[in-house]
Amino acid sequence: MVKTPVPAEENVAPGHMGCPGCGACLALRLALKALGKRTIMTVPACCWAVMPGVFPYCSIQIPVLFTAFETAAASASGVRAALDAKGQKDINVLAWAGDGGTLDIGIQALSGAVERRDNIIYICYDNEAYMNTGIQRSSSTPIGAWTTTTPVGQTRAWKSEPKKSGVEIMAAHRIPYTATACVSYPEDFVKKVQKAASIVGPKYLQVLSPCPAGWKSDPERSIQIGRLAVESTVWPMYEVEDGVYTVRKPAKKVSVKDYFRTQGRFRHLGEKDIEEIQKTVDAEWELLLKKETMTARK
Amino acid sequence: MAKKLINGNYAAAFGAKLARAEVIAAYPITPQTAVVEQVADFVASGEMKARYVCVESEHSAMAACIAAASAGARTFTATSSQGLLLMHELLHWATGARTPVVMVNVNRAVAPPWSVWADQTDSISQRDTGWMQFYSESTQEELDTVIMSYKVGESPDIMLPSFTTEDAFFLSHTFEPVEIPSQELVDGFLPPFRPEIRLDVENPRGFGSLSMPHQWYMELRYLIAEAMDRARERILRVEQEWKELTGRSYGGPLDEYRTEDADVVLMNAGTAASTIREVVDNLRREGKRVGLARIRCFRPFPTEEIRALGRRVHTIGVMDRCYTFGDGGPFFTEVKSALYNLKDRPAVKNFVVGIGGRDITMKTVGKLYDNLFRIKAGGLDSEKEWIDLKRPEVG
Repeated sequence: MVKTPVPAEENVAPGHMGCPGCGACLALRLALKALGKRTIMTVPACCWAVMPGVFPYCSIQIPVLFTAFETAAASASGVRAALDAKGQKDINVLAWAGDGGTLDIGIQALSGAVERRDNIIYICYDNEAYMNTGIQRSSSTPIGAWTTTTPVGQTRAWKSEPKKSGVEIMAAHRIPYTATACVSYPEDFVKKVQKAASIVGPKYLQVLSPCPAGWKSDPERSIQIGRLAVESTVWPMYEVEDGVYTVRKPAKKVSVKDYFRTQGRFRHLGEKDIEEIQKTVDAEWELLLKKETMTARK
Repeated sequence: MAKKLINGNYAAAFGAKLARAEVIAAYPITPQTAVVEQVADFVASGEMKARYVCVESEHSAMAACIAAASAGARTFTATSSQGLLLMHELLHWATGARTPVVMVNVNRAVAPPWSVWADQTDSISQRDTGWMQFYSESTQEELDTVIMSYKVGESPDIMLPSFTTEDAFFLSHTFEPVEIPSQELVDGFLPPFRPEIRLDVENPRGFGSLSMPHQWYMELRYLIAEAMDRARERILRVEQEWKELTGRSYGGPLDEYRTEDADVVLMNAGTAASTIREVVDNLRREGKRVGLARIRCFRPFPTEEIRALGRRVHTIGVMDRCYTFGDGGPFFTEVKSALYNLKDRPAVKNFVVGIGGRDITMKTVGKLYDNLFRIKAGGLDSEKEWIDLKRPEVG
């Protein structure tokens, strides 16, 4: 794989209100390095609605439109329409939202914008729950996880449903470009964002962003945890470009257990529970590889 | 100027076209559909140089309009009833974001049961969103008000959204001869929308971030309150400018008809005013001193105009094509509230009429004036009354 150097340009200033070890913070910093200053972004309710700081200060150094929870995509469409109406073609329009704002409350607007082929880049920074409001489960919370609304307790009521797949939903829209990414692989993420910016039409990236506060993990291990998510294929790294799947195979494979034991949110799971999840993860990975084979350009 | 036979919905679309709206984001709903269809035709034919975003909901329509306006584009949308209610969250947002979005709302009843007919509950429910609200009586007024509301809302010291309403079918689908102003006339009246503060990569800013209780939230709200107060004067001034160009005006926020020496006055918003005018003329021929005061602008509320009327009139009947359960008609309660600090107040009675599109006939209006004269002679019989209510037989 050819490495893309991460641009030195900084568009997120120090002084933001992110937690120590926040993956979402790194995610935006990298995304805006990739996109540069000629970018306008929309941000719905999410951690990043708070992290830029308190009015009149803002640590994001490009124009930001803060919007209602379910409107990241529709707002980005509106910005794009205005730029088009004014003949301004060389500006990236970025919708930047968390997983709840994307896959729960915002999925209708996202689906609409993608179906309309609106020329926007939508990036979901996925920390796998409603972290800004205090770790409530979202449809992007993985199976087995503790959250404050799947609190385990005596009835073992952890999240019992599998994680919703944003990228597969986008692929089903026949989106020109969609991919997963992870903040632990900055060159890969930057390259994907730059690729997205080079394509006209809707683009959707979902970047796994470890959250020490919500995952009950050590802040200094966020990068390592992201790597384990990828190496265990719990978070497979792949792109779908015009229906063609390209899967990044991890250099070494680790077990789901290796990944889970870095985080307190999975602490309650027994050996059998983890074995069941391992089986699902393996099956999903096999299916993904089959999709890659099936869609390979002859 | 050319005259065309068009209905209220087409008039609204002509208003958006003549105002050179640059971004349209809209979602269809009966009986608004002709507005968005006609605008789509204007865009498709190239007559209108605009981006038309076919959103998947009214909620996204308003989100896209707010975002486009934040980026400096003139925006337009139209909706009705459930669609307006779905937008509610973002109506507040448009105000807080100080985006002068212009919308047309076809006043339609709120379900259940399903009813697509005239009722003003939908727009009255948006009372506290900070939108200017105009209620049209005629097709011509609808077209003219759309254009005027851009000029008021986009004033740099106002920057507030506004909607103009049409009573479902009575205005949305009724064809009337309408003067279509020339593009040159409208261009001379309404300058392009070029907000100084907008989403701009050359001058990046954050729009709508966080504010703590000890910081600026309260002050930002106060600025909106001041802007809405300034709009009262601006609406009058803009209407005067329009009158000088076209010869047409609509009486400001409170459109009064034959009230100068009236003993009793009916107040109303919307199309029933045309019926009331006929009844007023008939009763005047019988020597009865009756008048009409049409509430054309619900926000900002014409408080001073209503007080001026209240000082010289004995009895007022307020007609409401909507209702606030547990209180009364919203126009009624607001009129009463405006009059409260007058030393000598007129008696005020609430007539709840035409709910769900029930016809408000000349006979109905005649009964209301009879009632007002009885009140003038013998005092208030009841504070509120639902008119032409059917009583199902029991048993």
